[in-house]
Amino acid sequence: MRRLSAINLTALALGLAFLYLPIAVLVLYSFNASRLVAVWGGWSVRWYRELLRDDAILDAARISIGIALVSATAATVLGTLAALALTRVGRFRGRAAFSAMIYAPLVMPEVITGLSLLLLFVALGIDRGFWTVAAAHTTLTMCFVAVVVQSRLIDADRSLEEAAMDLGCPPFRTFLFVTLPVAAPAVVAGFLLAFSLSLDDLVIATFTTGPGATTLPIRIYSAVRLGVKPEINAVCTVMISCVALAVVAASLLTRAGDPAKKPFAH
Amino acid sequence: MAGRETQSIGTRLVVLVPYAWLVAFFLVPCLIILKISLSQTVLAQPPYEPVLDLSAGWAGIRDFLAGLSADNYATLAGDTLYLASYLKSLEVAALSTALLLVIGYPVAYAMARAPGRIQAVLVMLVILPFWTSFLIRVYAWIIILQGDGLFNRALGLVGIAPRPWLATDTAVYIGIVYSYLPFMVLPLYATLQKLDEALLEAAADLGCPRRKAFWTVTLPLSLPGAVAGGLLCFIPIVGEFVIPDLLGGSQTIMIGQTLWTEFFANRDWPVASAIAIVLLCVLVGPIAAFEHMRLRDARRRS
Repeated sequence: MRRLSAINLTALALGLAFLYLPIAVLVLYSFNASRLVAVWGGWSVRWYRELLRDDAILDAARISIGIALVSATAATVLGTLAALALTRVGRFRGRAAFSAMIYAPLVMPEVITGLSLLLLFVALGIDRGFWTVAAAHTTLTMCFVAVVVQSRLIDADRSLEEAAMDLGCPPFRTFLFVTLPVAAPAVVAGFLLAFSLSLDDLVIATFTTGPGATTLPIRIYSAVRLGVKPEINAVCTVMISCVALAVVAASLLTRAGDPAKKPFAH
Repeated sequence: MAGRETQSIGTRLVVLVPYAWLVAFFLVPCLIILKISLSQTVLAQPPYEPVLDLSAGWAGIRDFLAGLSADNYATLAGDTLYLASYLKSLEVAALSTALLLVIGYPVAYAMARAPGRIQAVLVMLVILPFWTSFLIRVYAWIIILQGDGLFNRALGLVGIAPRPWLATDTAVYIGIVYSYLPFMVLPLYATLQKLDEALLEAAADLGCPRRKAFWTVTLPLSLPGAVAGGLLCFIPIVGEFVIPDLLGGSQTIMIGQTLWTEFFANRDWPVASAIAIVLLCVLVGPIAAFEHMRLRDARRRS
């Protein structure tokens, strides 16, 4: 078995420390009894208790979770269809443009995506709020779902699908009982990714939101602009914990469907 | 025959539904930006004119086309504030992409050299922060970098006088490198991991020292990963808003912030749209390069 040299080990340790230390600091300070960052006032869950009484934050969290659920569901359906179109349909007219439209939003600066969607909603005369943010998030996150599912479908063994078709299984049933189970882990991972991206988004939501639909990132951002607040540390810690749980669940699911990739298999 | 018919309808829907969604919510909005960038600001709702009036038929379209003008682009060209903002964004993006490469390469290299069974865990550890809120991770740096924050206190321990770190370019670079590191490490790792070790063994057998083998074999072969990671970071960094807004000072105005101010503070939608269109033109080269890399990679996989 290979062993890491001292240089490689140092690079890994420093890299991971750089990625995780700031998050650790944030979590640590959410349990600081003192309001001041400069003072460690001992351990306390005071800020979590205050959080439970903060209606503005709780409302924003409810709205954000609602938008994330709606947009991640829509994005999963649209993204999975897009991945199928790119991997199983073969040639169709406008395929290159389609694939470019899947990948462009991934690198497109958020300010442009947000502004363009806002102008669309204004041009159509649609009142902005919950549903416009959900539609905007669906557009961005369906591309991520498409990429994740597409990658799985390219790697998947197609002989099962071909066998089912050869034995006379209609395409829709083949999709439902053969293709979908193969893609399922990636579809679930895509849903979770879409959910967390929607929950996280500030820029696109700020452009496309309207009265009564202030999302959690918008609320956090307006608080953070005025400086560090212990309540915000507590919200952030709660969000980080949820995401960490979801990611671990997703990665276990992805591996459950693919024994070859089990990291702990000997 | 009936079965064939349903198949083709089903297959067509698989393509048509996501296609229609992307045309409606991605392509059309981009065209609307272009249209608004050629319009004038007015105090009305919507705050621009001309508004396309299709009910007026051809006359409506003619009036609409006659109302378009390139004035907003003249405004952008006439005020050095905008040019400075674009240049600053490109400078920040180029320098931070270089920093990301220098910091990300050793990490990706070490990941690829790690024993197989812990590689999957390492990949997950690098992906995990990407899933955690961008905003939260930038906010964490405010706690660290603020005047009486941890960074200054750590410096105090080794006898360095405290300095203001927030609202400086340094803070912006730290925030960007921190936020985008996974985007650099993962493509690099993917290329390095696929590297054929027989090549390195052959080099060693022929008497090539390991250090030289790294420079002449590993590094050139990992170049596609470096380019992919570089583009994946460079393009969004140019339009970055949150990081310079929260960590930067008033001297670091990136184009994303300028667009934001024109739109939300000045309520000048046409100028904001013109800024976006020029930004897209600036990024068209890198985005095309990104597409090119992706297509080449897709062809190799299939």
